[in-house]
Amino acid sequence: MTWVNVIVQGVLLGGFYALLACGLSLMFGVMRIINLAHGDIAVVGAYLVWYLATQLSISPFLAALLVIPGMWVVGYAMYVLLLERSRRAGLLVPLLTTFGLAIVIQNVLLQVFSPDVHSLLSSTGSLATASASFGGGLSISALGALIFATAVVVLTGLQLFLSRTNAGRQMRATAEDPDAAELVGINARAVYARATAIAVATAALGGVFLAIRSTFDPSTGPTQLIFAFEAVVIGGFGSAWGTLAGGVVLGVAQVIGEQVNPQYAVLFGHIVFLAVLAAPRVGILARRGQTL
Amino acid sequence: MSLLEVRAVDAQYGLLTAVRGVTLSIEDGETHALVGANGAGKTTLLRTIAGAHRPAAGTIVFDGADITRIPAHRRVSLGIALVPEGRRLFPGLSVEENLSIAGGKRRHGEWTVDRVLEAFPMLRERRKQRAATLSGGEQQATAIGRALMCNPRLVLLDEVSLGLSPIAVAAVYDSLKSLIAGGTTVVLVEQDLGRALGVASRVTCMLHGEVVLEGAARELTRDQITAAYFGTQRPASAGAAS
Repeated sequence: MTWVNVIVQGVLLGGFYALLACGLSLMFGVMRIINLAHGDIAVVGAYLVWYLATQLSISPFLAALLVIPGMWVVGYAMYVLLLERSRRAGLLVPLLTTFGLAIVIQNVLLQVFSPDVHSLLSSTGSLATASASFGGGLSISALGALIFATAVVVLTGLQLFLSRTNAGRQMRATAEDPDAAELVGINARAVYARATAIAVATAALGGVFLAIRSTFDPSTGPTQLIFAFEAVVIGGFGSAWGTLAGGVVLGVAQVIGEQVNPQYAVLFGHIVFLAVLAAPRVGILARRGQTL
Repeated sequence: MSLLEVRAVDAQYGLLTAVRGVTLSIEDGETHALVGANGAGKTTLLRTIAGAHRPAAGTIVFDGADITRIPAHRRVSLGIALVPEGRRLFPGLSVEENLSIAGGKRRHGEWTVDRVLEAFPMLRERRKQRAATLSGGEQQATAIGRALMCNPRLVLLDEVSLGLSPIAVAAVYDSLKSLIAGGTTVVLVEQDLGRALGVASRVTCMLHGEVVLEGAARELTRDQITAAYFGTQRPASAGAAS
């Protein structure tokens, strides 16, 4: 049955979107910043991994292990140097800051790496083509399964971090009331920097998978931002499970659209997104709008 | 030496000066009531002491060290805890989480979640419940417990009885009395003059951002305080300045 396959492929694609989206959701949930550079940060991650992998002739997965901690540090610095100051100026200024950052990143990438299109698919070896058939037209690629599994692990980890660890509780408390958090000894600035670091590191991870499953160039970021944003809005801001569900809904919608007509994939995703926006009470999760 | 000294502090909100030239000294172990009408600057003064509001002028000295420029979260580890007006619990966190979160960078001391639950028995059953679902009195008890979890040397209480039923107020004050008996230094802002004078050893009365009366609670008459409270007369030398 090919429709079963369509749904399964949509779910797997959704895992990828959820991975891209979880950092966006976290930053909004914790500090009410919509990071318009999120997609471009993912592309930076893709470029760094591609560069390391080709220069050092190492596996992209090994390169990712080096790049992601580096991007964590970049994220921390990004909050301290850039977002902290703009956040104090009100809600709109961080939006403009990240918008400017997105343009800067795209142009720096263009300058440094040229507009050539790259992909990491060829350097992943046998993983690129491996797949398992389950009969009835259902077939799961190793790559799709790996990305989905990683997404589930990352989102579960994020959820457990927020609900079970002291640092996670501090993050939730700061999200709810930064002023009161300071009064119980929480350094709100450090919490925000940590949240940004997590967001940037997960975006970079998403970028690596983007580079492995398709192609990227300096202008790929904004499209990824839109998909991530749609996943977050469909699933409800600030909840890890919601983001996963939102990504899956978006992925399934796109694959169904593709099945109807190969040109309709993105359109179907947009339609579901607009439908959720138009009916704000019919989100996937009943407690939409709740922070974290 | 005083535990806390506030020296000529001005605090502003934009162009509005909420606290002007306030000098105040709190001795170790005393219970100090801060009274005054709405808008007298009491809350702002407490927030300035806790570090949540940056003073425009003046210095704050805690335990002999100038803390004027130290951010709020580091004052907690020095031993200053504020129970803010309106309680300001983290509504999505459980009672236990609200309490344990304050244990992060606290001073070394004896307060634990279990001890807070012992001091406020009404919270025992609510331990796993989200703070948003608590009654006003339970929320206030959690807010006080959360401050105690920091093992403070100085507790600043802002309007702890606001919006509570008389029974809840009595319960909160009962637990305050045991806290005071334990030797913790307390500064409390209270609308209910009777309640404030019942527990306080010293009283400061503020009017329009300034201190208009200060003295030992037992030496001041109710009339003196009422006059200072409403500003019907300016008792320039009524209170003994410390």
